[in-house]
Amino acid sequence: MTIPAAAAPRTLYDKIWDAHVVERQDDGTCLLYIDRHLVHEVTSPQAFEGLRMTGRKVRAPERTIAVPDHNVPTTLDRQTGIENPESRIQVDALDKNAREFGVHYYPVNDVRQGIVHIVGPEQGWTLPGMTVVCGDSHTATHGAFGALAHGIGTSEVEHVLATQTLIQGKSKNMKVEITGRIAPGVTAKDIVLRIIAETGTAGGTGHVIEYCGEAIRNLSMEGRMTICNMAIEGGARAGLIAPDETTFNYVKGRAHAPKGAQWDAATAWWKTLFSDEGAHFDKVLTIRGEDIAPTVTWGTSPEDALPITANVPAPESFTGGKIDAARRSLDYMALTAGTPLTDIAIDAVFIGSCTNGRIEDLRAAAEVLSGRKLANGVRGMVVPGSGLVRAMAEEEGLDVIFKNAGFEWRLAGCSMCLGMNPDQLAPGERCAATSNRNFEGRQGYKGRTHLMSPAMAAAAGVAGHLVDIREFAKEPA
Amino acid sequence: MDKFTTLTGSAAPMPLVNIDTDMIIPKQFLKTIKRSGLGVNLFDELRYDREGNEIPDFVLNQPAYRDAEILIAGDNFGCGSSREHAPWALLDFGIRCVISTSFADIFFNNCFKNGILPVTLPQEAVDALMEDAGNGSNARMTVDLQAQTVTSPDGKVYAFEVDAFRKHCLLNGLDDIGLTMEKAASIDTFEDQMAQARPWV
Repeated sequence: MTIPAAAAPRTLYDKIWDAHVVERQDDGTCLLYIDRHLVHEVTSPQAFEGLRMTGRKVRAPERTIAVPDHNVPTTLDRQTGIENPESRIQVDALDKNAREFGVHYYPVNDVRQGIVHIVGPEQGWTLPGMTVVCGDSHTATHGAFGALAHGIGTSEVEHVLATQTLIQGKSKNMKVEITGRIAPGVTAKDIVLRIIAETGTAGGTGHVIEYCGEAIRNLSMEGRMTICNMAIEGGARAGLIAPDETTFNYVKGRAHAPKGAQWDAATAWWKTLFSDEGAHFDKVLTIRGEDIAPTVTWGTSPEDALPITANVPAPESFTGGKIDAARRSLDYMALTAGTPLTDIAIDAVFIGSCTNGRIEDLRAAAEVLSGRKLANGVRGMVVPGSGLVRAMAEEEGLDVIFKNAGFEWRLAGCSMCLGMNPDQLAPGERCAATSNRNFEGRQGYKGRTHLMSPAMAAAAGVAGHLVDIREFAKEPA
Repeated sequence: MDKFTTLTGSAAPMPLVNIDTDMIIPKQFLKTIKRSGLGVNLFDELRYDREGNEIPDFVLNQPAYRDAEILIAGDNFGCGSSREHAPWALLDFGIRCVISTSFADIFFNNCFKNGILPVTLPQEAVDALMEDAGNGSNARMTVDLQAQTVTSPDGKVYAFEVDAFRKHCLLNGLDDIGLTMEKAASIDTFEDQMAQARPWV
């Protein structure tokens, strides 16, 4: 028996996709409508320049939101201007373009400025069921709201600016289910690192991942954003989590969220946004929440993640091209196979980024740091994800805890996640980082990055080496 | 965008897996507001030492591969960030085709917008071409987009798949934006319908 097309069960991804198709070509390629376009200074100058050269305008400036984040200094003196001339030119170009083309804009000195993927949700621009794009791979973050969100290149930024659409082929559906409950000390970051360790960095290529299961359901919006943020590190175009009461409670009352009768209409539709019983997934991965330990990376790819109780692996334990890659990673990271991960001494701690720069992340780190200090010789930096996160943290007194522990308390930006501004690791410096990529040179030339949760990074700073937060938490401050 | 029809040239072997966009073009070169001029910094941290001297071992510094137009790469080439500076740098260097077993989605997409053809082939084929590429500048390969084939130096032919629409655009050097602008009426209609169905958006 053939099921009529209208009744065929659909995934969450299918539903959002279907609601945004403007035109479908015979070969299946679609013209997809884009509800929100987030813009930052690094990947947009050439796109705006393209518009100018062709005499085109921004089709929907009211759906376009610009904020500088990658290049901005995070030091308190940034009101006095940006020292690096190239960075200054990019930030100035965004300022000029945002004003000239009339898009929504949060300039450097606006308290609402911050990392584009933190600002969007915070201001209520990101809503369930939307299509959201940005010239940045971590656009996947917004999938936490049940929005189809992914990174695009600069040519596509220009395409969206000019037409408010994208030419897209549909991805496949992948389901990642985390069953049961996670143990104390285990966070969203540990869940997503574990997922990437299982799938590899290419495991999600060509797919949109829907994260589901009890352990995902129990996460706050902050935690869900951490999970979806790193969907791209598993190769997936986007990550999705079906919206629920947690989502609605987060969205309600935000500056650009619907209000009154529109709120009721919106939530009525949002409640239909879930994968139907029997919907087809091309790939499925299931992990027991109870089996997930605090997880850290040892190498130079996010897939190089292991429980903190493990040892640095031997390259020979891998197969194919990964053997040489692991050998290269160990050399770059200056690690020896067989070393317990908890023996790895660190020089720096970075707490921030679109992965872990939200208020909940700062609270988790501050809880560990309360009454404690960074180990001798370890430097620490806390970079809130937005000016509003910073303000909220200060209201809660978290800044005092960080400063007392010896951390620098910075202004909002992407900062040392990718070191486009002066916040960088020195060659050979080893960092416990809450960001998303441990690639060679990512945080600074020859810098060495270990990815982990905010609590684990804070604890590593105190101990001077990587530690198991479950053991660390037992020690009195 | 330049058309891509056929390309015959030498190929540089880069067997490393998971070559990410930070390796292809490190962050310090993303501060440009232009698309051109990035070729000199392609693979910068693999290619030069801290003083800016060439590292002789690096493949593109070897005499045989300085003019390579094809790159044969390990699995999952182009993973990481969405920076289009990666294909811009490849193109500016002179690379018009990358062959691998797999590519990261955004990088793959970005290539087509810049007249670069990413070719996905099975492991055995990539292994064989990698070995061919190792033979230096005389080992010339031919990539034919119309026929969807890669021909190795010894005449072995490998067929590859490519999306029909992308092939059409690449063969003709078409500007996506121009094509979509012709559909403005459909976009208008969609926006009108959406204003009714989802007025809060």
